[in-house]
Amino acid sequence: MQAGLKPLGREKWWVLLLLLPTLVGLAFGAFGSVLATVGLSLFKWDLLTPPQFIGIQNFTDLATDTSFHEALSNTVRFSFTYVPLVIVSSLSVALLLNRKIHFVSFFRVVYFLPVVSSAVSVGLVWLWIYSRDTGLLNYIIVGLGGEPVRWLSEQNALFAVIIVNVWGAVGEGMIIFLAGLQGIPKDYYEAAQVDGATEWHLFRHITLPLITPSIFFQTIISTINAFQAFEYIYILTRRGSSSSSVPTLVYSIYRDGFNFFRMGSASAQALVLAAIIFILTLVYFRLQRRLVFYE
Amino acid sequence: MTISNRKFTLDIITYAALILGGLVMVGPFLWMISTAFKLPADQFTRTFIPNPATTENFEQLWTILPFGTLMWNSFKVASLTTIGQLLTCSMGAFVFAVVRFRFREVLFIALLGTLMIPYQVTIIPNFVIYKALGLYGTQVPLWLPAFMGGAFGTFLIRQYFLTIPLDLAEAARVDGASLIRIFWSIYLPLAKPALAALAVFSFLGSWNNLLTPLIYLPSDLQQTTLPVGLSLMQQQYSGKWTIMMAGSLISIAPIIVVFFFAQRFFIEGIALSGVKK
Repeated sequence: MQAGLKPLGREKWWVLLLLLPTLVGLAFGAFGSVLATVGLSLFKWDLLTPPQFIGIQNFTDLATDTSFHEALSNTVRFSFTYVPLVIVSSLSVALLLNRKIHFVSFFRVVYFLPVVSSAVSVGLVWLWIYSRDTGLLNYIIVGLGGEPVRWLSEQNALFAVIIVNVWGAVGEGMIIFLAGLQGIPKDYYEAAQVDGATEWHLFRHITLPLITPSIFFQTIISTINAFQAFEYIYILTRRGSSSSSVPTLVYSIYRDGFNFFRMGSASAQALVLAAIIFILTLVYFRLQRRLVFYE
Repeated sequence: MTISNRKFTLDIITYAALILGGLVMVGPFLWMISTAFKLPADQFTRTFIPNPATTENFEQLWTILPFGTLMWNSFKVASLTTIGQLLTCSMGAFVFAVVRFRFREVLFIALLGTLMIPYQVTIIPNFVIYKALGLYGTQVPLWLPAFMGGAFGTFLIRQYFLTIPLDLAEAARVDGASLIRIFWSIYLPLAKPALAALAVFSFLGSWNNLLTPLIYLPSDLQQTTLPVGLSLMQQQYSGKWTIMMAGSLISIAPIIVVFFFAQRFFIEGIALSGVKK
């Protein structure tokens, strides 16, 4: 039996009214859109001429499309560098803040600042910092006796963009990890200290196992964010009006769909993106059973 | 003696690491502010304090882009988004948390399932529909979806509603209160922290969003939002860093000011969403 109140008489209509926006969103916004995307992926359509049914040709074309391969490879390399960096750096900050120190709320604000800031505005500052001849970063490197680096050249841009994305996400991960750390009962540590455990032992055998749920959660969120990253890439790597020095899948969907109006191909790419995220999430949940410790 | 010495050393290392990391976090913001107040001719001087300091860049901004209009557009879209999310998510959350009806669990699981659908999968058919309805080139596609609930907001509010004892609603029921009355007079006022967190997320998400306005309003400066305006400025004024930094500063200033006064809601909101998920 469900807990709750039963609607009486005409109240049923009120309940329907309260639920209506959600139902509309579910039907059209979510599931309807997915079906429509699947449908569109089977057509060739530029929005001007009538759509033409071509079966799975959009997908087979992607298999041999070198620019799609490049986008896919950039996205995968981006994610597999970005996710570990975000986890390690935000966990480190959280561990430092969790020691009994002063000014915790001040530091929290400082590390959280990039999370609330517009990626476009902040992306422009990073563009200025990374700038080859005049940027702050090269000024510092040259001042220390190094050679100036072309941060946003094709070889380095992916790395440069990852750094900015990590910088922008540390604050959010830090909050999640701090909440996890504060949930660990203090007496665990006290008991272990009585037995003479060192700080490293405390971390390795109490802290780390007990925050695996937070690490698991943050890994999934970061992976999804990594596959959907767009704004910093758009600002930092755009060349001319629509190309990028390190196009990712989302960039490629945006460009093919809304600059070139290849609706079918863009839909097919969006489905590939969704499939990758879905499979990775399944893999994580499989691993969770072995690696995540629940009390 | 040795233990307190060790603790002291570790404390020093902790502060040093946090301050160093903190400088990396705020450095770009300080550089933005510093550049924004420099004369265009001084943009390549690496001194941190602008000498002489000037507001010339800000005055020039208004002649380059209709900044006031862009800001008003961003504010309007973000406010409508926030109202839509608060209203429709709390309505749905109330039904899922309090009302007993058939298919409630199935519907709720279906709603949570939509969390698995990446945003990119829905933008293409949405674009086709809005274009067919003649809404391409208007602000409607930017805020209308917010009036259709959503898994994240509904879940956040529902979890909070579940912490309110059902006895309260049952007692009101005995006194003859209708469901709507119970929703409006009991649940909404008690859920202020969760509503505040959702408001913060919705407003920020909309204010900072680039992709959606880029799709629907890529070049109309009278209609589009700040992020698109800034990215257009990036193309036309590349290399004029003092002006670009002034523009960036103006776009984040309102958010930063609100953040400093209401940081509790921002940070607790994140923690709330993370822990409860």
